[in-house]
Amino acid sequence: MRVAAWLGRRIGLLLLTMLAVSFLVHLALEVNVDAVAVKVLGQFSTPDQRAAWLRENGYDAPFLLRYLRWLGHFASGDWGRSTYYQEDIVKLILPRLAASALLAGAALLVMVPLSLALGIASGVRAGSLTDRGVSLFAILTTSVPDFAMAAFLTAIFVLGLGWLPGVSTMAGGFSLRELVLPVMVLVLASTGYLARMTRASMIEVMGQPYIRTALLKGASPSRIVFRHALRNALLTPVTVIMLQIPWILSGVIIVEVFFAYRGFGTLLYQAALNSDVYLVEACAMISVVAVVASQLLADIAYAALDPRLRGK
Amino acid sequence: MKRPPALVIGVAIVALWLLVAVFAPVIAPHDPLVSFKPLLRPGAAAFPLGTDLLGRDILSRLIWGARPVIFLSLAATLIAYIIGVGAGLLAGYRRGVLDAGFSFIANVILSFPVLVLYLVVIVALGPSYLNVVIAVTFGSAPAVFRIVRAIAIDIAGRDYIAAAVTQGEPTWRILLIEILPNAAPALAVDFCLRLGYSAIIIGSLGFLGLGLPPPAPDWGGMVTDGRALAFAFPHLVIFPCIAISSLVLALSLIADGLREARQ
Repeated sequence: MRVAAWLGRRIGLLLLTMLAVSFLVHLALEVNVDAVAVKVLGQFSTPDQRAAWLRENGYDAPFLLRYLRWLGHFASGDWGRSTYYQEDIVKLILPRLAASALLAGAALLVMVPLSLALGIASGVRAGSLTDRGVSLFAILTTSVPDFAMAAFLTAIFVLGLGWLPGVSTMAGGFSLRELVLPVMVLVLASTGYLARMTRASMIEVMGQPYIRTALLKGASPSRIVFRHALRNALLTPVTVIMLQIPWILSGVIIVEVFFAYRGFGTLLYQAALNSDVYLVEACAMISVVAVVASQLLADIAYAALDPRLRGK
Repeated sequence: MKRPPALVIGVAIVALWLLVAVFAPVIAPHDPLVSFKPLLRPGAAAFPLGTDLLGRDILSRLIWGARPVIFLSLAATLIAYIIGVGAGLLAGYRRGVLDAGFSFIANVILSFPVLVLYLVVIVALGPSYLNVVIAVTFGSAPAVFRIVRAIAIDIAGRDYIAAAVTQGEPTWRILLIEILPNAAPALAVDFCLRLGYSAIIIGSLGFLGLGLPPPAPDWGGMVTDGRALAFAFPHLVIFPCIAISSLVLALSLIADGLREARQ
């Protein structure tokens, strides 16, 4: 029962966070109504046109009222029209979101098993050659910015070997080959960090007295690693993977822009470049929802994996 | 104390880039904004790294481009540290409403992916050096806050802090002299990593064309400028990528070396 109460409190706090975020985003982008009118109607609109537009769209109401109205629209699925694309924002965003989910999902699908395997292999025997190799790989890959990684991989696989296409516009329909480079960049950007976290967690667990007990009673090394150590060692990485989501989302924006992939990241980027206020608001809210949801998932995964939290 | 080789290499590279940034006007062989012959390949004596589409010397642009990346990330990280350390010490020591409030603000900010936060700032305020620093500070301060807060909570319960309180030491003294030094080793490692992250973010903003005004050389911007021609002239893109990667790698090596030296 206490788990339910704890979960309820977490969800309440996350909803409160989202409310605060929505207020901040709206404040940053719409507190100055004249600026909004200029962004929507363009530089060359006359002051009269702007004043008329502001009146028509309810901008003469006080800020708090406008915020509440916007929040109500947003919650009920009416996100307005994009001024740059001249299209309904919901219709605009959904396919882009699906494309980005595909990209990020494919990256996670490769990244998670790879980083766990690397982390476990290096954590089981700290200081070994494998361990040193993984550490070096981790430092190298986490230090290269996503756009530079994309440029290096393009130089190798597109210019040098000619194996892969250099852009991922998917102009001729879905293409797995065009997905390879963007996914590779995202995987390389986060695998090293996750592997190091898994390694640290594994080393800590392997140093626990109960592992020595298992060793002394004659359990085989593989049994010790997989039956005894792994479950506890996975607690930290599962949380870390979820907390890595905001970082991966930032990476998705860069990678999509680099490879001209038509996803959520390029949409947000185009919106920002063209001062498309409503579209930026919607995109910002969606990325925050994604982050907050991943935090909640991290909490739930932690509770599910940690038996100490379960019985209560 | 034994010095790990990673630390030595890292410090050497960072020191080199720092010198390059500070003495850019002296070291750069050409004016980074002046046009010569366009699209020269690397190797010529006068233009060892070649020239770009507008005929500007790439080596000189790399040297001048070290300035925004290094100075802006240093400024943003330092400000983030002042805010994060101050708030973290107070929240961890005082707890209560203050702690709850600060922690909530930190959580709210950390729910933004850094780049999304910056894109919102750009649309709201427009691009400028100051806004780049503000956005990066925003993203970093909550993380510093969390580290310092956790250490402050741990230390605040120790006997010697109770002794200091009984002796009537003022709060600022307890925070800065009794508690903060305990956080120093963890913060030294974090500072190097965070400086690297800030450099990555500033480079990425340059790459997105949202960082700094166009004619000024910056590494991310050079990558974007050269991308259209990269198939024929990869040097336009590869050199700035190597520059930023080497800087961040060196900072990671220092962080790793410091961590190793502590154990």
